Amino acid sequence: MVETSLVLAVQNVTKRFGGLVAVNNLSFDVSRNEVMGIIGPNGSGKTTMMNLISGALALNEGTISLNGRYISRLSSHEINRRGIARTFQLVRILPSLTLLENAMAGMVFGHQRLWGEQARHEASKLLERVGLGGQQSVPATALTYIDQKRLELARALAAKPEVLLLDEWLAGLNPTELQEGIDLIHSLRDEGITIILVEHVMDAIRSLCDRCLVMAAGAKIAEGRPQEVLSDPEVIKVYLGEDI
Amino acid sequence: MTSGDVKQLVWGAILLALAACVPLVANGYWMSIALTIAMFTVLSTSWALFSGPTHYISLATAAFFGVGGFLVGTGMSDYNTDYWTMVVIASLAGTVLAFLVGLATLRLSGVYFVIFTLGLAEMIRTLVSWIQNNFTGSRGLYVLTDLGEADIYIHLVLVAALVYLAGWWIARSRLGFAMRIIGNDEMVARHVGINTAFSKVILFTFSGFVASLVGALIAPRYTYIEPNGVFSPELSFIVVIMALLGGTGRLWGPIVGVIPFALLQEYINANYSNYSTLVLGIAFLVIVYFLPHGVLGRLEETWAKRRRSTW
Repeated sequence: MVETSLVLAVQNVTKRFGGLVAVNNLSFDVSRNEVMGIIGPNGSGKTTMMNLISGALALNEGTISLNGRYISRLSSHEINRRGIARTFQLVRILPSLTLLENAMAGMVFGHQRLWGEQARHEASKLLERVGLGGQQSVPATALTYIDQKRLELARALAAKPEVLLLDEWLAGLNPTELQEGIDLIHSLRDEGITIILVEHVMDAIRSLCDRCLVMAAGAKIAEGRPQEVLSDPEVIKVYLGEDI
Repeated sequence: MTSGDVKQLVWGAILLALAACVPLVANGYWMSIALTIAMFTVLSTSWALFSGPTHYISLATAAFFGVGGFLVGTGMSDYNTDYWTMVVIASLAGTVLAFLVGLATLRLSGVYFVIFTLGLAEMIRTLVSWIQNNFTGSRGLYVLTDLGEADIYIHLVLVAALVYLAGWWIARSRLGFAMRIIGNDEMVARHVGINTAFSKVILFTFSGFVASLVGALIAPRYTYIEPNGVFSPELSFIVVIMALLGGTGRLWGPIVGVIPFALLQEYINANYSNYSTLVLGIAFLVIVYFLPHGVLGRLEETWAKRRRSTW
């Protein structure tokens, strides 16, 4: 069998909240090992799109499929078990658990499962990797905002997902941390993880994304390589407004 | 299993064996108090298995407890069924009911869940009274057995052993870990692959099963079963207050609340019986304002602080 390089296919997806159309007839494909950026002004439906993929929200129309199988009617735990993991725009750690338990939470029930000593071992390696080594038994609440983001990433990576959804994971980092973050995402991609990221940090978009999708008012207005897309007059218009 | 795990099992077995020796030394009065304590220990501990980690406050204990007691009464009075057969039937019925209620309440959280469970218990009580008054005649239900308080007490200690063993196992299982994650953030729980509905229903059903089993086992103590008595909402509140007073963070937390509160209630009922509801209310306020994590939680905080300050 020929290995298809298409991992995630979003077809004609629409999501309405009452009268508001948050995502309007959107379609795009993501290939294996690709880093796909979703950008657009605030309120353009980027996070809603992420929520539709992860199953946090149910879509009204259209389909989403992972490796050729529909996932758009599944609940989020089933979607996670198929191999899609995510971080949240507003960081969601598990406050009463330790760092080690937070990281373990991602690998006990998900895509590739571990439990017991093996899970603890893998979780501590993951913490090391995201830069939280040596703090296993610290309660998660003791972390700074940036470290909480690292912890959330460790949890998302724990089940070795095929597709990773990062919702503004780089937002709020200082220049040094941003560079570390970009390097980390690069290394994940080198491991073969397919990444979809919503981001406002344009430097990150330029250096990380193979392709990006620009949304405005729920619809796709451009799609392509970052350099091309970011110089598209239509895109500049939605970001900066019309010429007077 | 680590050596710590085994040690806990051994200690648990020793303490339960000691508890089983109470009838050898207690007289009638203290036996009766011990029985009350045993009953609430089982109810509060099994309640905390579900509500402790998830923070879903269930006030449905009386519904399951009542189903247990009421079915035993109906089966023995109206259908001449043997006591033990009815215990099995009653606890199965309670389990099925808990499973259905669990499925129905899945989408509810926070205060909606609390109100629903309270309303459910009241609805079942009214329904049972109505059926009894209109269809089966208002005859009383008698549970006549040759079981004394000491026998019932031993039965409850055995159920306590079952509940503690289950709790010990859950704390070490993936199910227990899932419940802690659900209690922290249900959205995250779903996104790390936890079937939250399944996990919650399993534990809710287990605590419903235990409550109906206790209701059935304690029925011979009351001899005369009346729906307004066995379905009393006060029971649900007492179970919650006792568990919260002790602390739900640990398996043996609830019993730390059960023993003093049962003794206090006994004293109040004997001396100032008009004020028992008032005491419930005050206890609730004290817990909410001063002991949000229970006596045990408070002790652990103090202990942690002291250790830090000696560094």
